[in-house]
Amino acid sequence: MSGASERMAMPAAAPLEPQVLELDVAAEVERICAWMVQEVSSTLHRRGVVVAMSGGVDSSVCAALAVRALGPRKVYGLLLPERDSKTASSDLGREVAEYLGMSYELIDISPTLQAIGCYRLRDDAIRVVFPDYAEDWKCKVAIAGGATGGINFFKLIVEAPDGRRQEARLPLREYLQVVAATSFKQRVRKTLEYYHADRLNFAVIGTPNRLEYDQGFFVKNGDGAADLKPIAHLFKTQVYALANYLGLPADVCAALPTTDTYSLVQGQEEFYFALPYDQMDLALWAHNHGRSASELAVALGMTEEHAQIVFTDIEAKRRTTHYQHARPLLVEPVTEVNS
Amino acid sequence: MRDYKADLRKFIDDNYIIGLNGPAFADADSFMDRRIIDSTGFLELVMFLEETWGVVVADDEMVPENLDSLDQLQAYLTSKLGA
Repeated sequence: MSGASERMAMPAAAPLEPQVLELDVAAEVERICAWMVQEVSSTLHRRGVVVAMSGGVDSSVCAALAVRALGPRKVYGLLLPERDSKTASSDLGREVAEYLGMSYELIDISPTLQAIGCYRLRDDAIRVVFPDYAEDWKCKVAIAGGATGGINFFKLIVEAPDGRRQEARLPLREYLQVVAATSFKQRVRKTLEYYHADRLNFAVIGTPNRLEYDQGFFVKNGDGAADLKPIAHLFKTQVYALANYLGLPADVCAALPTTDTYSLVQGQEEFYFALPYDQMDLALWAHNHGRSASELAVALGMTEEHAQIVFTDIEAKRRTTHYQHARPLLVEPVTEVNS
Repeated sequence: MRDYKADLRKFIDDNYIIGLNGPAFADADSFMDRRIIDSTGFLELVMFLEETWGVVVADDEMVPENLDSLDQLQAYLTSKLGA
């Protein structure tokens, strides 16, 4: 195994504690940078990379790694807000780009999303559940079920302008339509990333961390599409460690992960993961290393039953999101191009 | 006792296995363990229950104990709709 998390694996007898996620940050940064130079030049034959910057820690670390590996002139940043994005996201993205000395551009994708029907199609589905929902209301989607041993499903939460909140389970058709419509956001962003990559003869960086990659927390052919994914092997805790090492702005290093996709404030934990990221990191590490539910329970101060539910939920999400990872299937290998 | 399994098995065969040499499964087999139904698939199953038999599946009933095998579905529907 060559992955950082694997190299840092503790002996089986060692207690399960957050220290298992510690890594030699300096060595890991150099390893990723050397890999990036090799892949961009020799494998992809591109001259640099495009990074879409959300202002979050993942994309900020990816941009910083790219600048370190390739130099600021070979990294192009895109800030791609839309009307449901928080203003602070673009502010942070800009702050990071300027700190790194790289070129960047801000493109408001709201008109494109409006034209393609993103908001209308999403809101049509929401109004099946909440007929009063209007353009000046806010909404978000939250996962439920899996964290308590049930089957995962999604709840829709809406907030009227007067602050009144309502929530209800999203029926299948409406759930699929809300997700499909909302996914326009990630797919339009990716279209722009590839436009700029093509015009510059650059490659596109994907920014998932290990939790997101493993648990399928991405849109296929949206944020899931990329030429390189430099931090997909790193737990979120480790990404924060890299952010600190790389000297990124304090607001980035302290930012809690959000989806920044729905108009109501929404953490990733609420939307998708069963636990806060640091606990989820440890749970995933423990599951990957064959640690027992009882060990996780002690480490996280929860019951063994709850810990087993977390493990079960990890496997359930892997099964459900297998499609996210699947490449196009061929009847038989075309070995001349895919050896 | 009313039997719901035949309709359920046909729904599962038609929608998840698509009739093509899919995995044979026993009435007691777990859909999750047999990799027949994933989370989105369960939402489809719940919609089928609600539209076919008019039951309302409450949030706290969305648990494997009610939905994860033909036997469990039979018991669940019987409890909701009567024998």
